[in-house]
Amino acid sequence: MSSAALLTAEGLTKRFGGVVAVEDCTFSVPTGTITALVGPNGSGKTTVFNLLTGYLRADAGTVAFAGRRIRRPDPIRLYRAGLTRTFQQARIFPDLTLVENLVVAIQQPWRTIVCRAIGRDDRSRAFELLEEFGLVQLAEARAGSLSYGQKKLLEFATVLMAEPQLVLLDEPTAGVNPVMVAAIETRIRELNARGLTFLVVEHNMNLVMRLCDPVIVLDHGTKLAEGRPADVRNDARVLDAYLGA
Amino acid sequence: MHLVVQACILGVLTGGVYALMASGLTLVFGVMRVINVAQGALVILSAYLSWALFTHFQVDPFLSVLIVAPLIFALGVGVQLVFIRSLRSEQAEELSLLITWALALGIEGVLGAVYETTYRATNTSYANSAWTIFGYQVSVVRAYAFGLCVAVLVLLYLLLARTRFGRSVRATVQNPSSALLLGVNADRVRALAFGIGVSTAAAAGAVYGVLYPFNPGSHYDLISRLLSIVVLGGLGSVAGAVAAALMMGVVEAVVAVEISPVWSSFSYFVVLVAILLLRPQGFFGARERTL
Amino acid sequence: MRWITPGGLLRGGGVFGLLAAFPFVERTDWIVNIGVFTLMYAGLATAWNLFSGYTGYISLGQAAFFGIGAYATGITFEHISIGSGYRPFYALPLIGLAVGLVSVPVAWVALRTRAMTFAIVTLMLLFIVQQLAFNLRSITHGSQGVAVPQPTFASNFDRPYYLAMLSVLALAMLICWYVRRSKLGLMLLGIRDDEEKARGLGVRVTGAKLIAWALSVGLTAMIGGIWGYYLFSIYPESAVDPLVMIGAVLMAFLGGKGTLWGPMIGAFVLVPAQQWALTSYGATRLYLIAYAGVFVLVLLLLPRGIVPSLADLVSRRRFRATDRPDVRPTVERVAS
Ligand SMILES: Nc1ncnc2c1ncn2[C@@H]1O[C@H](COP(=O)(O)OP(=O)(O)O)[C@@H](O)[C@H]1O
Ligand SMILES: [Mg+2]
Repeated sequence: MSSAALLTAEGLTKRFGGVVAVEDCTFSVPTGTITALVGPNGSGKTTVFNLLTGYLRADAGTVAFAGRRIRRPDPIRLYRAGLTRTFQQARIFPDLTLVENLVVAIQQPWRTIVCRAIGRDDRSRAFELLEEFGLVQLAEARAGSLSYGQKKLLEFATVLMAEPQLVLLDEPTAGVNPVMVAAIETRIRELNARGLTFLVVEHNMNLVMRLCDPVIVLDHGTKLAEGRPADVRNDARVLDAYLGA
Repeated sequence: MHLVVQACILGVLTGGVYALMASGLTLVFGVMRVINVAQGALVILSAYLSWALFTHFQVDPFLSVLIVAPLIFALGVGVQLVFIRSLRSEQAEELSLLITWALALGIEGVLGAVYETTYRATNTSYANSAWTIFGYQVSVVRAYAFGLCVAVLVLLYLLLARTRFGRSVRATVQNPSSALLLGVNADRVRALAFGIGVSTAAAAGAVYGVLYPFNPGSHYDLISRLLSIVVLGGLGSVAGAVAAALMMGVVEAVVAVEISPVWSSFSYFVVLVAILLLRPQGFFGARERTL
Repeated sequence: MRWITPGGLLRGGGVFGLLAAFPFVERTDWIVNIGVFTLMYAGLATAWNLFSGYTGYISLGQAAFFGIGAYATGITFEHISIGSGYRPFYALPLIGLAVGLVSVPVAWVALRTRAMTFAIVTLMLLFIVQQLAFNLRSITHGSQGVAVPQPTFASNFDRPYYLAMLSVLALAMLICWYVRRSKLGLMLLGIRDDEEKARGLGVRVTGAKLIAWALSVGLTAMIGGIWGYYLFSIYPESAVDPLVMIGAVLMAFLGGKGTLWGPMIGAFVLVPAQQWALTSYGATRLYLIAYAGVFVLVLLLLPRGIVPSLADLVSRRRFRATDRPDVRPTVERVAS
C-alpha cells in the first residue's frame, strides 16, 4: 500500500462567509486503495469532494491528480482525466431512462453528436454495467421512478461508464437497505480488485473497518488522524470527535 | 466638466427613483423567486392614478402617494393570492415570469382602453422650477421625487431590519426551508412581501408622471431598465439594486451629455454586458449554482 | 430507439402533406393569410423549443433574431437587387446561417448566467436589439422603417409565403426530431435535468447549449426573413416585438414544451383564434386584454401543456387496462 499517491491535496481551505468548512487539509489517496474519509456530520467531507472535483473553488491549497498539479479544477476536464464522483444526495437524470443515464456519461468527440443517441456499442456497455448492478430489468424505465437505493446504485454505475481511475463516493450506502449495502460493498471490492482506486465518505463504521485502508478522519474541516483502520479506531482524539467530548 | 457634474446630479436624482422601483422588484424575487415583469406596468398604472387624482381632484402627486400606494398594495396582495400562489409545480419560477408578463399586458390593455395611447404628464405648478446651487441647476420636482424615494427606501429598510415581519422576510430570503421550520407563515410573508414590493413601484409611479410623459406602452422601457438594474445588483439584493440604480442613473445622464441622448438608455445594456462578463452574479448576488 | 418508425413517418408525412395541399384547395386570401401567420408562429415556437424546451433555459430573447432576420431581408433588398418573386426565398438559408453564427458570442455571454437571470438577460437582449433598430438609422432608417419592394406574384399572393413558412417549419420540426434522437439531444436533456451533474460526467455543457442556441436562432431568423418580405415594411416596434416573443412562448407552453409536436399544436390552437380576434377587434387594447387572459388561463390550467397532459391520460388508461400496479406509467417519455 505504499505505492505512489494517485491524488494529493495540500493545505485545502474553504470558507463560506464566516464558516470555515475546510481548513488547511492535507492528505493523499494511494493508488489502488479504498481510502475512507470519515468524520462527524458537518466536518467538511462533502466540501472536500467539491473542492477536489472543481465544483467549488478553494480559497487556498493545491490538488494533484496522477502526478500532475491541477491549477483550476473543472469537473468536465477532471472527468476526462479519470477522476469522478457521486453525490451525497443521489443525482441522476430523472427524465432519462437508465440506459440513457449511462450513455450520457460516455465521452465522445464532438463529431459524434449527430450520431444516434444510443449506438450499438454504447448499449452493450450500458447493459453490461446494468447487469453487474442488478438493474438490467429496469433498463428502459424512467430513472425518476427508481427507489432511492436504486438511484444510488444507478449513480454509482454511471460514473463507471468512462472507466475512471479514481472514484469519489459520497456516502454510497446512506439511506440504502441492507441487501443493497452488501451489493455496493461487493461492487467496490470487485472494482478495486480490477485496479480502480476509491475515496469513500461513509458513516457506517463497520463497513469502513472491513473495506477501507487507509482511513482519514476529518473534524471541523481539518485532518484529525490518518492511518490503518485499527489504529484510527483506537485513536483517542477520534473518539472524542465522534462522541463530542 | 460643469456639464458632467450637472449630469451626475441629475443621474443621482433619477437613480433614486429607479432604486425604489427596483428594490421592490428584487425584494419580491428574494422572498419568492418571482420576477415581477409587471412592475413597470404597475408604475405606469400608478402614474395614471396619480395623474387622474391631480387632474380631476387637484391632489398633489406627492400627496397622492398616500392613496395610490395602498391601492396598489391591495392589488399586489390580490395578484399574489390569485395567480402566483397557485403555481405550485416545479416550474413555478418560469411560470410566474410569464404570468406577470401577461399581467403587464393586461394592465397595458386596460389603460389603453381607458386612456388611449396619448402621452400624459402631470404638470404641477412647480414642475418647471429649479434651484441653483453652486451654479448647478437642481430641478425642484426631481429633488422632491428623490427625497420621497429615499424616504420610502428608509421606511422599507426599517421595516425589514426592525420588525418581526422584516425578520421573517429576511429569514425566508436566506433559507426558505428553515424559515418554514422556525414557524414563519410562508404564505402570509409572501403575500405581504409581494404587496410591499409592488407598492414601492406605486410610490415611485405616483411621481413618475411629474418627471416624464408616459403612455400605456411606456412600461416596456421601464421594465427593461428595472431588470438590468436588478441583474446588475444581484438578484434578491436590495442594497445591490440601490447601488446599481444610482450607478445606472449617473452613467445614463453622463452618456446623454457626453455622447448623445439617443444612446443614453443604451448605456444600461453595455454596462450590463460588461458586468455579466466579469461577474455573472451581479454586484451582491450569490451564484446560481445548485450543488 | 430506431431513427425512423413507420408510424412517425406516416404522422409527419400526413400532417405536412395536408398542410402543403391546403393553399391549393382553399384559395380565399384572408384564410391563407391566417395560415401564413399560423405557420409562422408554429415555426417560432418550434425553434424556441429546440433551445428552451430541450435545455430548460427559458430564453425570452429569440424574437430579437426574428427582427434581425427581417431586417437582413430588407437590407439585402436595398443594397443588392436579388430580384423579386421567389428569388429572395433562396437567400433565407444564408440569412439563417449568418444570424445563427453571429448570435453565438451573444449566447456565450448570456449563458454565463443561469435560470431566472438567463431569462432576464435574454429579455434584455430583445430590448437591446429593438433599441438598436431605432438608433442605427444609417442601416435601419430608425422609426421610418425599411421598405421592401412589393413582389410580383400574379395571383394567390399569399401562397408563396405560406409555402415558404411551411418549408421552414418542416425544417425546424426535422431538426428538432433529429436532435432529440441524437447524442446532442441526450446531452441537452441531461443539462435540462441536472446541469451540474452533467458537468460532473464530462458533458461539455456550454458547447451543447451553444449548438442548440445557434440552430434555434438560425431558424428564427429565417422565419423573420419571410415575414419581412411578406409585410413589405419593417419597423423596429413590429420586427422586434415582445408580443411575438411571448406569443411563441405561450404556444410552446400550451402545446407542451420539450415535446416534438407540442409547440406546433399550441400554435395551431392559438393563432387562428388570435388572428380572428385581431381582425374583429383590430390591434386594440381589448385584444391585449384578451391575450393576457388566455395566457393566464393556459398557465394556470394547463401548465404542462396539451401533449404531456394527453399522454398522461392515455398512459393512465393503458395502465389501468393492463393492471400492473408495480410499474408506474412513464408519462414524460410518451410525448417526445
Ligand atoms: N454551499 C455552502 N454554503 C455555506 N455553507 C456550507 C456550504 N456547504 C457546506 N457548508 C458548511 O460547511 C460545513 C461542512 O459541510 P459538509 O462538507 O457538507 O460536511 P459533511 O459532508 O462532512 O457532513 C458545514 O458547516 C456546512 O454548513
Ligand atoms: Mg456530506
